[in-house]
Amino acid sequence: MGNRVEAQIRSLLRGTDYLQVKVDGLAEDADLYAAGLNSHATVNLMLSLEEAFDIELPDRLLRRRTFSSIRSIAEALAEVGITAEAA
Amino acid sequence: MKPWLAAARAVGAEVASRHADDVDQRARFPAEAFAALKKEKLLGIIVPKSEGGAGAGVADVVAICHELGQRCAATAMIYAMHQIQVACIVRHAGGSAWLKGFLKRLASDQLLLASATSEAGIGGDVRSSICAVEQQNGRFELVKEATVISYGAEADGILVTARRTPESPASDQVIVVVPKTGYELNQESEWDTLGMRGTCSNGYKLRARGEMAQVVPVSYADVSAMTMLPVSHLVWSALWLGIATDAVTRSRACVRAQARKKGGAPASAARLAEASSQLQLMKANVVGSLRQYEAALGSEDAIAAPALAVAMNNLKTGTSQMAVQVINQCLLVCGLAGYRNDSPYSLGRNLRDAHSAALMVNNDRILANTGNLLMALREDPGLLE
Ligand SMILES: Cc1cc2nc3c(=O)[nH]c(=O)nc-3n(C[C@H](O)[C@H](O)[C@H](O)COP(=O)(O)OP(=O)(O)OC[C@H]3O[C@@H](n4cnc5c(N)ncnc54)[C@H](O)[C@@H]3O)c2cc1C
Repeated sequence: MGNRVEAQIRSLLRGTDYLQVKVDGLAEDADLYAAGLNSHATVNLMLSLEEAFDIELPDRLLRRRTFSSIRSIAEALAEVGITAEAA
Repeated sequence: MKPWLAAARAVGAEVASRHADDVDQRARFPAEAFAALKKEKLLGIIVPKSEGGAGAGVADVVAICHELGQRCAATAMIYAMHQIQVACIVRHAGGSAWLKGFLKRLASDQLLLASATSEAGIGGDVRSSICAVEQQNGRFELVKEATVISYGAEADGILVTARRTPESPASDQVIVVVPKTGYELNQESEWDTLGMRGTCSNGYKLRARGEMAQVVPVSYADVSAMTMLPVSHLVWSALWLGIATDAVTRSRACVRAQARKKGGAPASAARLAEASSQLQLMKANVVGSLRQYEAALGSEDAIAAPALAVAMNNLKTGTSQMAVQVINQCLLVCGLAGYRNDSPYSLGRNLRDAHSAALMVNNDRILANTGNLLMALREDPGLLE
């Protein structure tokens, strides 16, 4: 798993202004908060992910650290069953 | 009663209340009240015992703010803002020897801390900064156009928010602890306001320098979510409750004086009952929110959850409006006796001070933020847990 979901997260971010830098220059584990993600945009990112993957993230995953990198988002998605195969 | 609450009550009743009108009229720092609070060692109570403090908790500060709020709202607000800063250092100092040393000094010398979060160009959006920490060889420099620093001139230290580096985006902030020896303040605006006049919240250009060890080791986003925001809303609400409580106390005295002459409660007693009922709601909100915060303190997950942020925001927007509503009721209860500035039932200062509550981080801004957070809230927590 991994790469495909992470690529989808990237393409989702590419279409937004949530970050202050280009998402393509960011490593999978780069800190998105250091890249300009603020708390308002974090909620919007959550909503966009729910819409794109047709999921609902449970309470326990609605934490700041869930959205701290592309990898941590992919891990959260894996927890709700979104893997390379499912996606 | 805890010894520090008894001491704060005495300072409020014997010192703060005596000077409250003068502090308000002249828009001056409540120097007498702070000399007394320092003498009672009340500035360092939440510093851990290991650092020479009393190891008290947020509940103790909330109770003290409620006491002081009934006597002199400016004194209460300054005390509240100071303890918010101390709480941030206590909770987030981590292993930092510099920050722990500073807490020791704060407790022993009863240092008063101020806050520079607001900045020219960002309005009240305290979660973004323009200024940045400029690092060189383990030292930093920082220049901030601080639109409002309450009691900046009287403080012994300031906590300043800034971008982590000159390259960082506006939302990637840190908070830096700067003792008085590390900054210069150039006053750029005066504080001549409707209320909360004694907070002396002038605008300054702040130039700070020091060691990188003075930067709190976790991001300001975490400091804000876990400590600064919830503690601010709790202690502010407690002192606004104090302002409203004093208004109800004054109106009760006013109605009782009439009742004694008449040999029975006058018609205005029913409206007094309404004010008392609203006050009770406000009190329940403060106490319930305090318990919710205390319960979340033990768990990294609970304290970072949207549910807690929503509750703490609702507390602020709710009590800030309710304080004004209660005092408005009291004004109808007391009539002209409350409207006069020269009467024992005067409510002018209460009303003017309470109107700052909705603006101190604008309620519309907070409501917009809460509305956004509600999108991330799955279900409402149960009634008793
Ligand atoms: C007594 C007192 C003491 C203070 N002490 C300090 C201090 O020591 N240190 C410090 O840093 N700051 C302090 N402040 C400042 C405070 O924290 C806020 O920064 C300040 O009150 C915001 O000022 P503002 O109304 O100019 O800005 P804004 O919050 O930007 O509001 C301006 C206008 O924009 C509107 N608005 C803004 N955002 C939104 C939104 N999202 N949705 C809808 N409308 C919006 C508001 O309705 C308002 O009319 C103090 C304030 C007070 C009242």
